[in-house]
Amino acid sequence: MGLLRRGQSLIDQRRTAPRQWWQSLLYHAVMLGFACIFLLPFYWMAISAFKNNAEIFANPVQWFPNPFRWENLAALVSRDDFPFLRQFGNSVFYAGSVALAVCFSCSLAAYSFGCLRWRARNLVFGLTVCALLLPSVVTFLPIYMGWTRLGLNGTYWPLIAPFLLGDAFYIFMLRQFFLGVPRELMDAARLDGASEFRIWWQIVLPQVRTPLVIVGLFAIVYTWNEFFGPLIYLQDREKFPLSLGLFTFRAARAQEWSISMMGALFTALPMVVLFLLTQRLFQRGLSSTGLK
Amino acid sequence: MPVGPTTVGAAMPRRKRRAGQGEARAGVLFALPWMLGLTIFTAIPLLLTFFIAQSKFQITGPPKWVGMQNYEAIFADPAFWTSAGNTFMFAVISVPLKLVLALGLALLLNRVTALSGFYRTVFYLPFLMPAVAGSIVFILLLNPSAGPVNLMLEGMGLHPPDWLRDPRAALWTLILLNLWPLGVETLVFLGGLQNIPKDVSEAADLDSPKGWHKLVWITIPLITPMILFNLVIGIIYSFQIFAQALVIGGTTGKPAEATLMYMVVLYRLAFRYFNMGQAAAMAVVLFLVVLLLTLLIFRTARSWVYYEGDSR
Repeated sequence: MGLLRRGQSLIDQRRTAPRQWWQSLLYHAVMLGFACIFLLPFYWMAISAFKNNAEIFANPVQWFPNPFRWENLAALVSRDDFPFLRQFGNSVFYAGSVALAVCFSCSLAAYSFGCLRWRARNLVFGLTVCALLLPSVVTFLPIYMGWTRLGLNGTYWPLIAPFLLGDAFYIFMLRQFFLGVPRELMDAARLDGASEFRIWWQIVLPQVRTPLVIVGLFAIVYTWNEFFGPLIYLQDREKFPLSLGLFTFRAARAQEWSISMMGALFTALPMVVLFLLTQRLFQRGLSSTGLK
Repeated sequence: MPVGPTTVGAAMPRRKRRAGQGEARAGVLFALPWMLGLTIFTAIPLLLTFFIAQSKFQITGPPKWVGMQNYEAIFADPAFWTSAGNTFMFAVISVPLKLVLALGLALLLNRVTALSGFYRTVFYLPFLMPAVAGSIVFILLLNPSAGPVNLMLEGMGLHPPDWLRDPRAALWTLILLNLWPLGVETLVFLGGLQNIPKDVSEAADLDSPKGWHKLVWITIPLITPMILFNLVIGIIYSFQIFAQALVIGGTTGKPAEATLMYMVVLYRLAFRYFNMGQAAAMAVVLFLVVLLLTLLIFRTARSWVYYEGDSR
C-alpha cells in the first residue's frame, strides 16, 4: 500500500472529478430520509401534544392535529397533580446552580492542571481521569446514606453541593482549553509580581471566557436531563425538576397522553432552543472532549 | 518539600526559583477543592461501598458485619440473573450497533454540501431530549395499532411485533430507543474523519479504485482512537441504563421481566426494600464487571488502536 501506480493515475483523476448531479441527488435523498427518521419522534411528540386521546390513537393516522387543541396547553399549566410551572422553575434553578458551580470550581482545578506546574499534578489528574471512567453506581449508595444522615435528603443540597468542589468531566473538558493559554502570558505577569490568584482571575480567565460558556451550556443540558439523582433524593412533587415530574405524572396517569406529550414537549423544547442558539459553541465543546 | 520541575537547576536565578515555588504552591491550592471533592465524593464512597456490601446495613440501626452473605443472597435471587442477562444482551447488541450506525452517519456527513450544517443539527438533536421524555414518546411511536413505526413497517409488507407487550421484542424497544440519540458518537467520529490528512486520503483514492478498500485500510485504522473512546464510554453507559428502562418497564421490567435492567433491580433493592447491603453488593459486582471489560479493551487496544507518531 502507499505506492502510486502511475499508469492508472489518469483514469483515477477522472474518477475524483466533480460528482455527477444524480450522485448528489441520491446523497441528499438518503440524508433527508435519515433526517426524517431522526426527526419523527420530535414531530410525533409535537402533534400528539395538540390532539386528544381519540385523535392520538386514530386509525388511519392523523399526521396533522385537526383541530389544534390549544386547551391541552392550558390544562398542562393548571393541574394540581402536575405542577408544571413550579417544576419548570425548579429545573431552571437546578440547572442554573449546577452550571454556575461547575464554571467556578472546575475552572480552579482546570487552571491548576492545565497551566501550573507542581509535583503530583499528573498523578492527581490521572486520578481525575479514572474518576471520569468510574461508574457512578459504585459510589452513590454511601453518598446517599451520608446526605440522609445529615438530614439533607429531600432538598437540593445533595444534587448541587458536590459540584461546588468540581466534577471530573467538566475539569477534563476545561483543561483542554486551559492548555491552550500561552505560558508567556502568565510568566510575564509573574515577573511583574502579580499574585497567582490575580493571574488566574485577571489574565487567564478572560482568555477562556468562551470555553467557560461552553462548559456552562453542557452542564445546563446534562442537569436539565438528570433523572436518577432527583429520583432518589426528592420526594415532594413541588420540589421535583421537570424530568422527574414528567415521569411521576406519566406513572400515575398513564392514559392522559395529551398532557404527557405536552409536558414532554415543553421539557425538551428549552434545551432544543438553547442548542439551536448556541450550536457553534456546542460543537467546539464536543471536539474538545474527543481525542486529539 | 514541593519543588516544581522548573526549580531543578541550581544555577537558576533566585527570583525565578522563588517564582517556581510560588507556582507549585498555587497549583496545589487551586486543585485543593477538587482533591477534596475527589476524596469525599469518589474515593471514600468507593471504599465504603465495598464495606456496606459486607454489612447488614439498613437505613436505620447500626451496621452488622455479615461477610459474604449479601453476595450469596443476590446470586441466589433470580431477578439478579434475569436483569444481568438482559443488561448484557442490551449492551452486546446496542453498543456495536450504535458504533456502526454512528460511523456510517459520520462517513455520510463527511462532505461539504449546502445542507451539511442542517444534517449535523438534526442528528445531534435527539441527544438533547431528556431520557424520560424520549422514552414516553417512543411508547406512542411503537404503539402496534396507531403508532407510525408499525404502520410504515406494515406498509413495507413486514410483520412488526408488538414492541411493548411481546417479551421477545421488548428489549429491542430499549435498543431502538437508545440508538436514537447517537449524535455525540457521530460527531466524535466526524471529528476523527476530518482530522485525516488530505494527502493521505487522496493518495488512497489514487491507489485503489474501490472505495471500501480505502475505508478498511485507511479510514478505519486512522479513527481507531475514536472507536476506542466511543466503545469504552458506550459500555460504561449501557451497563448502567436506568431511566429508559424504568419508563418502559417500571420496576418489574414489563413485559415478563424482559426489560428488567440491572440498575432497576439495584434501585428496587435500595429504595423499595431498603436493603442497602445487597444493593451495594450488586454495585460492586457491576463495578468489577465494567472494570474488567474496560481493562480488557485497553489491553487489546494496543494491538488495534493506531496512535499518530507511533513508530510501527
